[in-house]
Amino acid sequence: MEFLVASAIGLLTAAGIYLLLRLRTFPVILGISLLTYAVNVFLFASGRLQVGAPPILQDGVSTYTDPLPQALVLTAIVISFGMTAVVVMIALGAYLGSDDDHVDDPVDTSNTAKEEPK
Amino acid sequence: MSLFLIVALPFLGALLPGLMNSAGRQACAGVTFTVSLAALVGLLSNLPAVMAGDLVMARVDWLPAIGLNFTLMLDGLGFFFACLILGIGLLIITYARFYLSRDDNMGEFFTYLLLFQGAMVGIVLSDNILLLLVFWELTSLSSFLLIGYWKHLPEGRQGARMALTVTGMGGLAMIAGMVILGQIAGSYDLSVILQNRELIQSSPLYLPALLLILMGCFTKSAQFPFHFWLPHAMAAPTPVSAYLHSATMVKAGIFLMARMWPVLSGTPEWFMIVTTVGLITMVLGAVIALFKHDLKALLAFSTVSHLGLITMLLGTGTAFGAMAAVFHILNHATFKAALFMSAGIIDHEAHTRDIRRLGGLRHLMPITFVIASLAALSMAGIPFLNGFLSKEMMLEETIHTVLFGAWWLVPGLAVIGSLFSAAYSFRLISHVFLGPKRDDYPAKPHDPPSGLWLPPAFLVVLVVLIGVAPFLAEPLVRLVTASVIGDAAEMPTAYLKIWHGFVPALYMSIVAVVGGFVLLKFYLPALKFWDSLPRPEAKTIFDAIIAGAVKLTQVLIQGSHNGSFTRYAAIAALTIVGAGYYAWATGTVAAATYSMQPVTPVLVGGWVMLVAAVCALVFLHRNRLLSLILIGIVGLMVSIGFVYFSAPDLAMTQITVEVVTIILLLLALNFLPNKTPVESSVLLRVRDAGIGVIAGLAVMGLSLHYLLRDSVAPSISEYHLANAYKGGGGTNVVNVILVDLRGFDTYGEIIVLGIAALLIYALTETLLGGPVRARLLNREPDQPRSGDMHPMMMVVLTRVLMPVALMVGFYIFLRGHNEPGGGFIAGLIVSIAVVMQYMASGSNWASARLRYPYHGIIGAGVLIAGLTGIGSWFVGKPFLTSDFTYVRIPPFEKFELATAALFDLGVFLAVVGAVMLSLESFSRLARRSEVPDTDFPMDIDPSRDDGDDPSQATLKGGV
Repeated sequence: MEFLVASAIGLLTAAGIYLLLRLRTFPVILGISLLTYAVNVFLFASGRLQVGAPPILQDGVSTYTDPLPQALVLTAIVISFGMTAVVVMIALGAYLGSDDDHVDDPVDTSNTAKEEPK
Repeated sequence: MSLFLIVALPFLGALLPGLMNSAGRQACAGVTFTVSLAALVGLLSNLPAVMAGDLVMARVDWLPAIGLNFTLMLDGLGFFFACLILGIGLLIITYARFYLSRDDNMGEFFTYLLLFQGAMVGIVLSDNILLLLVFWELTSLSSFLLIGYWKHLPEGRQGARMALTVTGMGGLAMIAGMVILGQIAGSYDLSVILQNRELIQSSPLYLPALLLILMGCFTKSAQFPFHFWLPHAMAAPTPVSAYLHSATMVKAGIFLMARMWPVLSGTPEWFMIVTTVGLITMVLGAVIALFKHDLKALLAFSTVSHLGLITMLLGTGTAFGAMAAVFHILNHATFKAALFMSAGIIDHEAHTRDIRRLGGLRHLMPITFVIASLAALSMAGIPFLNGFLSKEMMLEETIHTVLFGAWWLVPGLAVIGSLFSAAYSFRLISHVFLGPKRDDYPAKPHDPPSGLWLPPAFLVVLVVLIGVAPFLAEPLVRLVTASVIGDAAEMPTAYLKIWHGFVPALYMSIVAVVGGFVLLKFYLPALKFWDSLPRPEAKTIFDAIIAGAVKLTQVLIQGSHNGSFTRYAAIAALTIVGAGYYAWATGTVAAATYSMQPVTPVLVGGWVMLVAAVCALVFLHRNRLLSLILIGIVGLMVSIGFVYFSAPDLAMTQITVEVVTIILLLLALNFLPNKTPVESSVLLRVRDAGIGVIAGLAVMGLSLHYLLRDSVAPSISEYHLANAYKGGGGTNVVNVILVDLRGFDTYGEIIVLGIAALLIYALTETLLGGPVRARLLNREPDQPRSGDMHPMMMVVLTRVLMPVALMVGFYIFLRGHNEPGGGFIAGLIVSIAVVMQYMASGSNWASARLRYPYHGIIGAGVLIAGLTGIGSWFVGKPFLTSDFTYVRIPPFEKFELATAALFDLGVFLAVVGAVMLSLESFSRLARRSEVPDTDFPMDIDPSRDDGDDPSQATLKGGV
């Protein structure tokens, strides 16, 4: 079971980084989303895996799952929505402004612009 | 007056000139003068104590943990320098009042001047060396502002930059030296350091500390090879040159050498470095000065030369040398400031300071002639003027100084330096004032108003007074010398007098003066010879070094930051993996404490779907719409995973966030291209895949590693489990952590979420306000739009569902404290319910029914959460302390009332507002002005054309 979760985290990371290294904004955003899943699951898994032991206090139950990573990940999920939205907005603004959705600066302009500081 | 006040007065007073600027020049200069005068009077009020040999101290602890305290100390040396700074400051302020033209911003000038004055007084009164460093840097900064005061002159800006670079670099070195010194002595207080001569000199760190501190002193006092900045700083207005570059700032390095004299001097290293550097500077400065044609450049190099002289005297390490140095500091400040001011007068009246264009001014400017000539003769070392006395003492000292085993070396060089010094002094008099009157001056020279010549005249009176009656200055010189040498040496028995008998120093003096006179007779051949010599130009070298540094950083920056996000991401990923591998390889790995739990078919099924979706996403990501569906599957599988592993709250959050994220990305795709073209080569893709696989394997290994082991430190989760019900009154521990135990974190997070939403709103506004707007309006969608903008089925369904969805949200919100749910999830559910209305009925319809703006909802949420937290203050508890009770209203069952629910309400509102504001902003981009606002949300567009040409299709933005 642990192996399946760990391999899922690994796969999400690998796919996230591959997409992060693409040249257009949209796949990069997808890559970031995959990485977010990976990180969230990773953090969640730091409380170890428990089946059938929710963090709801009940009489007569002594084993609970770790509630702390869950609380942290819950806010992380919501914040990641905010972050994704901002990144998408920036990407959209850049595309609408320049008709270009590359993530990299064009190489030649960046060099000539900095060559002559005076 | 308290020492604090003396230091603070110029800083506080620096506010006034700017305020008085509009009240006129007189008021502006007047208030500056008053501030300086008050500080000087305050200083003089401490004179009796200083005369009695007491150490006046003032102390306030600032950062005691690092030994940085606001400790001030006033002894003879500090008093002497503070007196010079404030006294000459008064003269300079008077002079500057008349010197600055109507076009100059006088308030700005005097503000800088007072800042500088305060920093200088701070240096000389500091007892704590770290505090001294603070003031030291302040003088560098304020002198930068003063040198570059005439911002329109390129020379001014370049000179200011050069001065800041050189002195700032020296200041950095000195910080290191001072810290080492403080470490050796165990204290950063001068009064303690000065008592630890043996300890410091025997330390192996003595030499590095000495070198670093001397670096700071030499740069500040323009000693060879750092002397080049001073002449370039002459682009400053003349009052600045007279104040900073003759009397005060350049003496700061000298002051520090004198201050540190008891602990640092007397060693062979000190003697060799300081004496040699001083000697070279003295001779070099004097020689260059003779051949400068700019009056101020001549004076600048002569200042360099005289600073070298003082440095050399301090370097000898004898008490007599220290005494001669102190006396020369006083004399040099008087005659050199007078000379600078005279040069300023000439520049002011004749509109040139080129010596080759001057001459014969004695008839036109008799007062200036007398002042400048007396000061110059003192500089040359003519008897009955104060320069003669200290020069005599210097020559006397050199006779006893043996460098590199050659007895003739130091006296010989000192005579050469003095000879050139006499020569340039004579040249200043004869080439500027003597000779025939010319008729080609740029302006007709005449004596200035009294405000300009009175300050230098006052100094020249001192020059003559001390020169004729040296015993008047003797008590002061002895007092200062005593505090320079401290306990390190015996007070010299020598006295200041004009006639010492036929001693070798007298003969050397005669040789220097006569030689200088003869040299001037042969000035033209000497100049020709000098011009034919190859000389390195300091500014070219400096500029080359700066250009080299700029080039180097450009290469470094452009090599690593070439604007390629892809490259940064790849480097970051590999670096993180590398750092992790290093930690793994060097750490110890404990044995596994858990064994793997059995695999169930459900789990394998979920895993397979996740893997399939991720792989498909990677291979099919170029089809953007398809990739959205695939990433939706991934999110769904992650949510189901949360359910499976006992995290119902996470599962609900994940699945609702998934919905809004997909909607958001769909909205974005509305504008972005639908396909990602193939751009990178196979090789590049293999490389990226390699990086991804490496990182993925690393993360997988790490996850597997700790999933099977206990954490190294005991977890704090037990505390939360134990206190959730007892302290928070809820059984859903995750929710209690969010709204209660870790409420402050959550509070910060809803604020961040709100800011993110506002940012999106602001970006949208910017886009819609700019040129993009026209583009959006003229946009032609790349595929046909649905003819049925608002499908009837969907409209009806969403409207029917709306109250149900709201009820579900309300229920989820209420039960959150004890069962899975809470403000976050409820907020997301309600947002989805509202978004559905936007999607089905159009944003116009939905917006028209919006009672409160989303910004307000975010703000209300943050406010409610904050006020709930503040409420606990009224019962004397810390911020966000919660309280709860149980009530029973028949016939209902007993239920809980907790203040945390109010906090959760704030969270709920902030989430609803933030999500809706983000999505609404995106949808606003899609609105098109020509689409009329229909009253009938359920409409069918009969004009739809299903033909092949998409441009023929009637385009309506419907979201």
